[in-house]
Amino acid sequence: MADKKAKQKVEIAVREVGEAVLLSIQDLRVWFELRRFGFGVVGHVRAVDGVNFDLMKGEAIAVVGESGCGKTSLMKTILGLYRPTEGHVVFEQKNLSEMGRRGLQWYRGQVGYIQQDPFGALPPFMAVRRILEEPLIIGGVKSKAEREQRIRKVMEEVKLFPVDDYLEKFPHMLSGGQQQRVVIARAMILEPKLIVADEPVSMLDASVRVEILRLLRGLQASHNLSFIYITHDLSTVRYFSERIFVMYAGKVVEKSPIELLLKNPAHPYSLALLTATSDPDANNARSYKEVPPGEPPSLVKPPAGCRFHPRCARMIKGECDVNEPPEFEVEPNHQVACWLYK
Amino acid sequence: MADEKLLQVENLVLHFATTQGPVQAVDGVDFELDYNKAVVILGESGCGKSSLAKAMLRLLPRNVKTYTGVVKLGGRDVMTLGEEDFRQNVRWVSMSLVPQAAMNALNPVIRVGEQVAEPAMVHLGMKKDEALQLALKMFQHVGVPADFITRYPFELSGGMRQRVAIAMSLVTSPSLIVLDEPTSALDLLTQANIFNVLKRIKKELGTSFILITHDIATSSELADQVAVMYAGQIVETADADKFFPKPLHPYSQKLMASVPRLRANQDPEFITGQPPSLVNLPVGCRFAARCPVRFEKCDQDPPMVKKDGRKVRCWKYA
Repeated sequence: MADKKAKQKVEIAVREVGEAVLLSIQDLRVWFELRRFGFGVVGHVRAVDGVNFDLMKGEAIAVVGESGCGKTSLMKTILGLYRPTEGHVVFEQKNLSEMGRRGLQWYRGQVGYIQQDPFGALPPFMAVRRILEEPLIIGGVKSKAEREQRIRKVMEEVKLFPVDDYLEKFPHMLSGGQQQRVVIARAMILEPKLIVADEPVSMLDASVRVEILRLLRGLQASHNLSFIYITHDLSTVRYFSERIFVMYAGKVVEKSPIELLLKNPAHPYSLALLTATSDPDANNARSYKEVPPGEPPSLVKPPAGCRFHPRCARMIKGECDVNEPPEFEVEPNHQVACWLYK
Repeated sequence: MADEKLLQVENLVLHFATTQGPVQAVDGVDFELDYNKAVVILGESGCGKSSLAKAMLRLLPRNVKTYTGVVKLGGRDVMTLGEEDFRQNVRWVSMSLVPQAAMNALNPVIRVGEQVAEPAMVHLGMKKDEALQLALKMFQHVGVPADFITRYPFELSGGMRQRVAIAMSLVTSPSLIVLDEPTSALDLLTQANIFNVLKRIKKELGTSFILITHDIATSSELADQVAVMYAGQIVETADADKFFPKPLHPYSQKLMASVPRLRANQDPEFITGQPPSLVNLPVGCRFAARCPVRFEKCDQDPPMVKKDGRKVRCWKYA
């Protein structure tokens, strides 16, 4: 989709990463071409525009942002569904764009994906056994007995027991929470090293939500999985991950350990997100919330300088609207792309 | 008018006929609402809260089996009105609805201004110009720029479309607006914006709201009163000031404990088990199977107990 641009792109060398890093995202850009009448490129949607981070083995991170900030494009690029326009996705020191078909097949077994809407993610005409068997067949597990045994093991891990009650059921016969467990089981069955979860609990009821979050956290700890948790809900993030990345208009604007961000958000956008999150408190009804004016910018023509500056109350004229902010370190492990911290 | 209630719902019942038997979606619901107040109907999916909204506005599907009870709006029982009478004098005139996913319910081929003006033309008999003027005023109330009036829905963002849907419910200046999950599909900042709009409307226009939602945390943004619904029944009603710090019913307590907190270091809990099927309801308390404090009496139907100004359907307080 976006590889036409490859002709003019300047090759950026892959940065060497250490053994402890599972996944390294290096200056990643994912642009989509905008065409007029089907041909002639008239512009690009810059869904992901310069994202850098390293994910350690066994680490859980959360990517927080609103719809249209590029978090789904980032995720799909990590899953190998989109090709990066620029930059690299490096998994266990291997560059994703240099993997052949074989390599990609291996990679897809290493990365599990948990979708947002469990009902939409499960094929309605397959029973649970068949849904879980499919990845094993594709993954090359030839022995039927071994497949059966692994299906049973993973179902017990996601607490779908007694297993025999669920094996023959179709998705519509399960509750939302059970459906999401099947989705989790499917993501886990090839014993991946990395799980990407896209809003895994947003479609579920409050009482079930916590159960699923705990299950995911348990699996993460017991299998020493790396986890990328994509969400817009800040209140669930702290129960789940160690680090948080805040995304706005295709860029990561703040990277921080979770407790630091909750106590002391550095970027004005992070602060706005925190302010907008409600806790159940009757006093909420007596005051208005402070919300930055306007809406996120178009990703076709993002504003010059800092992309948040048109909505920012603390905008510095002549700086924020002209120059793009680099990452500044506010405190150890806490980076923010904002001129206020120059 | 001071001591008169805007809305009194008594023993409202709405059952649907299905091949498996009657679905008891709304099963004897009572609650009241004062003028210029907002009540939140809290409940999880399948508890009958959207059916309650439909029952109040008499927007019923074909397979209704039982539909009885009293809905008094401004002292007048609207349940006894004929269909045409109800349509002309109640629905949209004194009580309007912002349906679930309203932002996707707008007609894609009609300009949003005309859609907002339409209820005023139909129900108040206004001319088109007049109604459009009124629509413009409503756009101001909900914070939609005036030049959006000639745009089509696809040209607006989700938040703006939701505002348009709210403007449409406001245009006939009803005294009561029923909001069914008004912000569930919206982004965080947009959600906060919509609640700011609703608060402002409540203050400036004196409108009352019934807010139907599963999201306890954001519901506190608008609530004066809270009614918790479980398996077709209301299990607790209380003032928001009393409810949020300390819910009484075991289900409300569990539900409150399941909310992840941003500002308090408290691990959320979950409720084991599942709500009962509305076709096949258990005898006695409907929450008993999942209740941590159940005892022998719970096998019988619990009464609605009054306790310091709140009502709770639980034997524990009887």
